[in-house]
Amino acid sequence: MDNTHPALVLAGLRKVYRNGVIALRGIDLTVDAGDFFALLGPNGAGKSTTIGIISSLVRKTGGQVQIFGVDIDHDFSLAKSFIGLVPQELNFSQFETVLEILLNQAGYYGIPRRVALVRAEKYLRQLALWERRDEISRNLSGGMKRRLMIARALVHEPRLLILDEPTAGVDIEIRRSMWEFLDRLNRDGTTIILTTHYLEEAEQLCRNIAIIDGGQIVENSPMRELLATLNRETFVLDCAAPLPAVPLLGDFASVRIDDQCLEVELDRGRNLNEVFAQLSGQGITVTSMRNKSNRLEELFLRLVQENTDHD
Amino acid sequence: MTDQRASNSLGHRFYVVAFSTILIKECNRFLRIWLQTILPPGISMGLYFVIFGQLIGPRIGQMGGFSYMQYVAPGIIMMAVITNAYGNVVSSFFGAKFQRHIEEMLVAPVPNVIILAGYVCGGICRGVCVAALVTLVASFFTNIAVHSYSVTFAVVLLTSALFSLAGFINAIFARKFDDISIIPTFVLTPLTYLGGVFYSIDLLPALWRHVSLLNPILYMVNAFRYGFLGVSDIPLDQAFMVIGGFVLLLTAWSLYLLERGVGLRS
Repeated sequence: MDNTHPALVLAGLRKVYRNGVIALRGIDLTVDAGDFFALLGPNGAGKSTTIGIISSLVRKTGGQVQIFGVDIDHDFSLAKSFIGLVPQELNFSQFETVLEILLNQAGYYGIPRRVALVRAEKYLRQLALWERRDEISRNLSGGMKRRLMIARALVHEPRLLILDEPTAGVDIEIRRSMWEFLDRLNRDGTTIILTTHYLEEAEQLCRNIAIIDGGQIVENSPMRELLATLNRETFVLDCAAPLPAVPLLGDFASVRIDDQCLEVELDRGRNLNEVFAQLSGQGITVTSMRNKSNRLEELFLRLVQENTDHD
Repeated sequence: MTDQRASNSLGHRFYVVAFSTILIKECNRFLRIWLQTILPPGISMGLYFVIFGQLIGPRIGQMGGFSYMQYVAPGIIMMAVITNAYGNVVSSFFGAKFQRHIEEMLVAPVPNVIILAGYVCGGICRGVCVAALVTLVASFFTNIAVHSYSVTFAVVLLTSALFSLAGFINAIFARKFDDISIIPTFVLTPLTYLGGVFYSIDLLPALWRHVSLLNPILYMVNAFRYGFLGVSDIPLDQAFMVIGGFVLLLTAWSLYLLERGVGLRS
């Protein structure tokens, strides 16, 4: 596989809609070939506009887009042949069968039917839809429809797969199996760009992350580095017996959630044993403990809040 | 940013596969629902033959040297071709827009000209199927003799193409289902009925005869009638020029709209 060019380069990408709404204010972004990249942002931040421009559904106002070194202004057809798109909204024909949808999509990429049949079987089997291949698509369950959109996006074997909220409304079991599938796909060499509101999903799967807000990139760094900047964590402790009052835990901030539940906040790297020692000293027994929130979620909220304050 | 500027980097085979995919999909669509697409024109046009041909026709007598049934048969076939070619593309393309599965094509490297050709050829196929069925129905009522096969086929193909293009443009601009029924109801049907299907414009007063010449459907009906009967109110070359001119004009307009992404891309 040609890894000499990044999978995606956005340079000064701007979009102003006809109604005057400025969706993108000059985005610069590079996604390396082979990466599993998270593009996060609140609703209306510009994620879907960015994906729309890359996939040609939205016309850019300014800036440059290169896909594996091919500028969309010079050869959009070739650039588009590298991309597979799983959109946020269901957008397949409700009257066609699962297999027809895949074969038609393959045809739009110039793949002969003989080859398309082999690929359709491969991806429908991998996504547990082969048994439903002759089913009219509108009869599928929500999770199956999501998986069908992934299979459809893969049938021309794109080098760059863009997933816009692929697991929205999908139950946890199917979501986990989709994560495994996407992880395997990425390890096999497909570059993946993921937008999601399930930040746990991004944290689990992605190596690099960009956060977009108000039409601009407010953070762009490796996931590990970003998570390392978190300096406070909150733990929820379940206690064996009802707490008479909020226990005093020295310089650890604590809040009583209910009779037997306590929330404790501490700096990263602080020894948790100090908390337990103080609780034990007050005769409080902890029966279980969990991290209060997803770490990325905290960061995300903080960055978006900072950007809002900035404006 | 334009698909038309795309290089030939994907190869000619790619275009053949993409075009045939759209065409087969379009044909499968109308054949799958043949009870809604193919059969109704056979029945409704059969009623025209019963009413105008069998019941009223004998009282009218001859027109253009032929029995009234023979005279109106080409026009009735053409009427079915026009409404079905138009209806096929407008409903299919707007349906794809409405359900958003047009995006499957838009995100793929299919050039606009291939998208247009696929839909228009789908409309032509339905026009030809319906023409064959209505001709078969007509043959139960009157003697169908073809004066010129080449003219007959050429007019069916060109007229189907023209109204497929018109349906495509209507679908591009349409935002709701009402928008795809306005043109057929308020423009297409009146023009068809006033397009010399049931009469010769020689029967009209001079003013209305001249007004009728502004109706493009008149040229199609008469050219088609020439193909069957060898008579026409309009010179054949003039009719072909008008039909061909409209086909070129609407093709250019459709490609321009696709290129600009009107109704399809933000």
